[in-house]
Amino acid sequence: MNRRLLGRAGTQLPMLAVAAVTLYPLYFVVITAFKTQGEYRTNRLLPPRHPTLHNFHDAFRDGELFRWMFNSAVITFASVAVSTLIAVVAAYPLARRAFRGRTAFIGLNVALMVVPPVVLVVPLFLLFVRLGLINSRLSVVIVYIGLLIPFSLFILVNFFATIPRSLEEAALLDGASTLRTLRHVIVPLSAPAIVTIVVVNAVWVWNELLIAVVFLQDNDKRTLTAGLTFFQGRFLTNDPLVMTGALIASVPMLALYMVGQRFFIRGLVAGFGK
Amino acid sequence: MAGSGISTDAARREMESASLKPRARRGLRWWALVVPAALFLGVVFLYPLARLVQVSLHSGPNGNEGPATLDNYRFVLDDPIFRQAVRHNLALLLAVPIATLAAIAIALALHAGIRGWKAYRTVVFMPYMLSVPVLGSTFLFLYGLHGVVNSILGDVGLGGLAQDWWGDPHWALPSIGSLVVYHEVGFGVVLMLARLLALPPELFDAARVDGARWWQVQRYVTLPQLRSVITTYVVLELITMLSWVFAYVYSTTKGGPNFASYVLELYIFENGFTFQLPSFAAAVAVLLLIPTTLVIMLWLRRSRIAEVNLE
Repeated sequence: MNRRLLGRAGTQLPMLAVAAVTLYPLYFVVITAFKTQGEYRTNRLLPPRHPTLHNFHDAFRDGELFRWMFNSAVITFASVAVSTLIAVVAAYPLARRAFRGRTAFIGLNVALMVVPPVVLVVPLFLLFVRLGLINSRLSVVIVYIGLLIPFSLFILVNFFATIPRSLEEAALLDGASTLRTLRHVIVPLSAPAIVTIVVVNAVWVWNELLIAVVFLQDNDKRTLTAGLTFFQGRFLTNDPLVMTGALIASVPMLALYMVGQRFFIRGLVAGFGK
Repeated sequence: MAGSGISTDAARREMESASLKPRARRGLRWWALVVPAALFLGVVFLYPLARLVQVSLHSGPNGNEGPATLDNYRFVLDDPIFRQAVRHNLALLLAVPIATLAAIAIALALHAGIRGWKAYRTVVFMPYMLSVPVLGSTFLFLYGLHGVVNSILGDVGLGGLAQDWWGDPHWALPSIGSLVVYHEVGFGVVLMLARLLALPPELFDAARVDGARWWQVQRYVTLPQLRSVITTYVVLELITMLSWVFAYVYSTTKGGPNFASYVLELYIFENGFTFQLPSFAAAVAVLLLIPTTLVIMLWLRRSRIAEVNLE
């Protein structure tokens, strides 16, 4: 056999195996969501012989899944929008101006980027109990905004620093204020970086579990990710129904992945590829 | 940029004249834009970190009663469940070399110009996009007693290897480890592949012209170029195994059976919120912060990640 062909098969075959192992769990979620419990008992491996939408009907019947999805959407939107705005405004002077404390702030920000949330939840919980903010979506939005800022700020500061100074100086010369220059010159030029942090952060918030479980304990306040672990506990013997919930929770993120894959990859690489 | 010389000079003069104002005031003006971000960092990171230490040194439901004492630390350090949790987090560190080697191998294979490498990258990265609870409940079923893994083992004549993956105390933690690796490998592949794609192709051509074999090129040309990315990935994964596995455990075993997969985050979670003993939870959180901070500091000192040039 041709040696080059053999070499090609030598990398293709293992990669096909890797891809198969990676995709199998996702395939399992999809095929199981369309099976009845009866069929699932006798056929776990193969696609359903008699596909059914029954599980979707059941999953949505109580309305709680809609409620959780709505909560997740609101919380994700609010925390990503506010944290992005705050980070854009703060990143501008940090990337562009020399002032006292700038370097220290950037260093602190990078260190905070990797502080695990689990060490913050106990004091935050005590604080929010005192403020009467437990079981309020506002509490998790505040926490998420804070947690998203270090990564967003880091990406934006590095991106703003690469924009040619001459563009900004022209605007300043025309008498534009700092904020106008930021809005009309820097932000349009930074669209790729901003889209990147929006995508990465939206996925992170949508998938977050610990903070959602700790701060939102009422059933109708839960996020979809937290609700799913609850759903799983309640329907432990009904695998197809749990997989239907998992599929429903994953569809928005898979859609976002298909559309924004390059932004997502670019964001992680820009953040940690240095 | 000769053409823009004049306007640039004028703008610079403008900026310089602005900087003739009292320096402190200029600085304050820039800080004003940073304040909202600083405020959130203060509320969500700095205040909780300070309060954490206070709670860990006191008792009571608000963690502020009595004189400062190390009793909470003494209690948790003597608690066999805490020690078991530490051992489990340390055991999970084994997932770091596994995930790293797998990521390196896959990144090298995809960089070798394999047909369809972009499609492979999309596939390998997909688990990283999904929430851990989604993957947790899926693996709960796949690794179930009558799940797909056991039935495949049976079909290929390896039925003797079938296990009660989640119910057997010996297998619960490795099962969680495999789930972590499944979720995290794609992130490593993406990081490393991006670095490889950014390298000039001549780098590899030169070695190949010299008659180096494929593995020699990898060993002496490719891997050295990957060093800093691999370090970053290893650091992030070390931190993940120590203090970011809550979702994996909570969505599968919840620490069971009989504490066989109990981890430090679960100890913090249960003491802090289920048993309402925030002081024990805080003491463990402080203990957890020590190795995490050490790893972060070492990494920050070695990498240039925090440097931003003004020009």
